[in-house]
This record gives sequence, C-alpha cells and structure tokens, in this order.
Amino acid sequence: MDLYNGLLNKEKRAIARMISLVERNDSEALEVLSRLYKFSGNAHIVGITGPPGAGKSTLTDKLAKNLRKEGKKIAIIAVDPTSPFTGGAILGDRIRMNKLSTDPGVFIRSMGARGHLGGISKATHAAVKILDIAGYDYIFIETVGVGQSEIDIVKTTDTVIMVMVPGLGDDIQALKAGIMEIADIFVVNKSDRDGADRTKVEIEMMLDFSCSQWRPPVTKVIATIDKGIDELLANVSEHKDYLVSSGAFLSKRILNSEAEIIGLIKDKIIDRIVNASSNKNDVKMYAERVAKREIDPYTACAKLLSKSVKEVNDGEGKKN
Amino acid sequence: MEKTIRVLVAKPGLDGHDRGAKVIARALRDAGMEVIYTGLRLTPEQIVQAAIQEDVDAVALSILSGAHNHLLPRVVDLLKEENAFDDILVLGGGVIPDEDIPGLKEKGIAEIFTPGTATQVTIDFIRNNLKK
Ligand SMILES: Nc1nc2c(ncn2[C@@H]2O[C@H](COP(=O)(O)OP(=O)(O)OP(=O)(O)O)[C@@H](O)[C@H]2O)c(=O)[nH]1
Ligand SMILES: [Mg+2]
Repeated sequence: MDLYNGLLNKEKRAIARMISLVERNDSEALEVLSRLYKFSGNAHIVGITGPPGAGKSTLTDKLAKNLRKEGKKIAIIAVDPTSPFTGGAILGDRIRMNKLSTDPGVFIRSMGARGHLGGISKATHAAVKILDIAGYDYIFIETVGVGQSEIDIVKTTDTVIMVMVPGLGDDIQALKAGIMEIADIFVVNKSDRDGADRTKVEIEMMLDFSCSQWRPPVTKVIATIDKGIDELLANVSEHKDYLVSSGAFLSKRILNSEAEIIGLIKDKIIDRIVNASSNKNDVKMYAERVAKREIDPYTACAKLLSKSVKEVNDGEGKKN
Repeated sequence: MEKTIRVLVAKPGLDGHDRGAKVIARALRDAGMEVIYTGLRLTPEQIVQAAIQEDVDAVALSILSGAHNHLLPRVVDLLKEENAFDDILVLGGGVIPDEDIPGLKEKGIAEIFTPGTATQVTIDFIRNNLKK
C-alpha cells in the first residue's frame, strides 16, 4: 500500500493502515508521518472525558452528526485505557456510533492501551496527526477519565469536554482537584435524571474559586435525544474563538509539543537503556542486587545510565 | 514491536440476542487480541466500513437468523469492492446447516464455526490464517 500518497489522497484504508503501523512503532510509517507533518495543524482537537458510562460515546455520536450537517469532516478516536495485562481488549465504543460508519465524511477508530499506563499513548498522538493530515476538521478523542488519562488528554487536545452525570455529589468533591484545571467545558449529561440542576450548581460553585481567564460553561444535555447538543457545540466554538483571540491557542500547542517531545525522548531513552537486549539482563541483575541490599537503586540507575550513554556515543560515532 | 491481532465482532441481521458474539469476543480478548465489538443489527455496509477504518485482521460474524447465505457473501463482496478482501479474513458463526457450508466457503468465507465449537479452535484458526 502506498501510504504517503494514500494519506495525501485521504483514502480511508491508507489512514487506517497508517494508524495500525504507528501503533506498533513502525519506522517506515513514522517516516511518512514526519514527511507529511507540515500538512497537519488544521483540525480542532477535542477531548471527551468523564467517568465510565457517563454517555461519552453517545454524546460524541451526536456531536459528530450535528457537525456533519454543517459539512464538517469528523474523526473520532475512542481510547480504552483499561485493557488487562493479556494485551487483549474489548473496544465497544462503536456500538453507539454504528450509523456514522458509512458516512464518507466520518472516520472512527478504537484504540486499546496496549500496556501503556494512562490512556493517551504516543500512538494516540500519532493517530491525531494522521487524521489531521487527512483533512478532518474536528478530531474527537474519547477516553474514560481515570487518573493519568485525564491529564494526558489535555496535552493532546485544544478543548477538553468533561462529561458529568447527575448525582455524583461527593464524587465531584473527590474529583475536584483533578478535573477543575483540565476541563474547558462541563457537560451534565443524562439531564433527564433527577438532580441535574443540583449537579450543575455544584460545578458552578467550584468554578467560582477558579481564577483562570476562561470560565468553563456548564451545559445540561440529554445525549440520547439530542437535547442540548447545539448549545454544547456553541460552547466549543466559543472556546475555540477564545483560544485564538487570547493567544492561548498557540501557547497551548507549544506546551503540548514540548510535552510530546519530552515524551518521545523518554521513550527513546528507556528503549536504549532498559529495553535494549544487551541491557535487559543488567537491569534484572541490578534489581536482584538492590532487593538484596547489596547495592542501592540510585547507584544502580547511575551505573546503567553511564554504561548506556557510553554505548550511545559509540554507536552514534559509527553512524556519522 | 509485536503485532496485535484485531478482530471485528458483529451480529448482523435483525433477530434477537448477541450472547454468542459476546462469548467469542471475550475469548478473543483473553487470547490477547483487540476486539472491536459493534453490537447488534449492523448492515453489511456498516460492518465493512467499520472493518476498514479499524484495519482489522478478521471479521467474525455471528448469525442466528438464517440469513447467512445472504449476509456473509454480501460482506465478502463489499470487502472486494473496497479492495480490502485480500487483507481481511471473514468468519461466520452460529446456527448454519452443514449443507450450506461448502457454498459459503466457495464464496470466500474462510471458515464457519457452528455451536459447540471450542473457542480455542476459532482463536487458532485466526492466528494461523492471517492474510496480512
Ligand atoms: N437516560 C440517559 N441515558 C443516557 C444518556 N446518554 C447516554 N445514556 C446511556 O448511558 C449508557 C452509556 O452510554 P455510553 O455513551 O456508552 O457511555 P460512555 O461514557 O461512552 O461509556 P464508556 O465508554 O463505557 O465509559 C447507554 O446505555 C446510553 O444509552 C442520557 O442523556 N440520558
Ligand atoms: Mg464510550
């Protein structure tokens, strides 16, 4: 398959194959991605997070359908960060979006965590770029809000929508620290249920303590019957306008890129020092000695680092 | 990096429950595969578009309605139209009479798993017959 031209021509099979290849760190696909990177940057990237079962997929489906009426092209990445150790996973978010599958202007992809701690992986970052290059106007990333993934999602997106449901009560208090800073927009979904107004008030009260320039709107929605979706989309475009007019758009993307570069460097270093076959046994050997108190972990780390830095230098020297 | 096998599990047709599809979905997951589970009542068009976007290695269709002679070949034909049949294995499961199986295989369905087949048989079949 000609991935370079396939992606430039926005062919779904090429897009899909590119995502599979970057998921397994395929160097050829990453090479294609770096050549085409200059064509990305036009999509608005929206994170959709919140507790399990809050209605994130149903909501995403409705957001996509409404934006399609305006002629926008929509991509959706549904990340399941909760896969077990076997590496296997059941990815079920498409169940709520089956009708979108046959829309030529929609692309939906489910991604497992593949052992990556905390939801949004390097592969998700790459998939966003691929879909951006392929000309999708909006890219939605759905992920369950479980700790790390909530923080990761901010570093990948322009706008974060936090989906809450009525009756979280104490949960809101508990979640408070984590969610207040990351959400740009709050949704109280399942507003057909009792307590929606109270939940909205509770969120508003917490927002009163925040002193950031952008005050996140709190919108009541019933995703199942498409109620409140227009208002939510208006929230998204207001946030987009705010980002542009305040200059936050670029500064946020610079921060995201910084986090991404650092992440890539970390991965490379771990690859070279920890995963390199010549070192795997060394790590094991040091681990045993550390456990037996023959050596301390700080010294073990320093020894492995200095050994690998030497190897890297030798290796680079040969290449150049 | 090692390749993770991806399988789309769907239950096309208009009838009833998806118990069989769920059993196989769980078995494939426990075998380390990523299962894209799409639930009930999908059309062949939806199945094929989902399979392409998800870049799956196999499509496993659970059918109870007796519409297998129509639905299964239709999925194969649509995959061929999209030039995706060379990459994707099509499997059928459910209550399918023995006499229909040779005809289905002729039309491109790689294997049919009738009720009572051990899930391990399906797992091994997928692993040993990947097209890409
Ligand atoms: N009553 C009511 N139910 C809803 C609403 N929105 C979604 N649901 C239901 O909530 C359930 C979960 O919806 P999903 O969209 O799958 O939720 P999710 O947050 O994507 O779930 P996970 O991805 O599993 O975390 C489904 O049964 C939906 O039909 C709503 O506005 N009101
Ligand atoms: Mg979901």
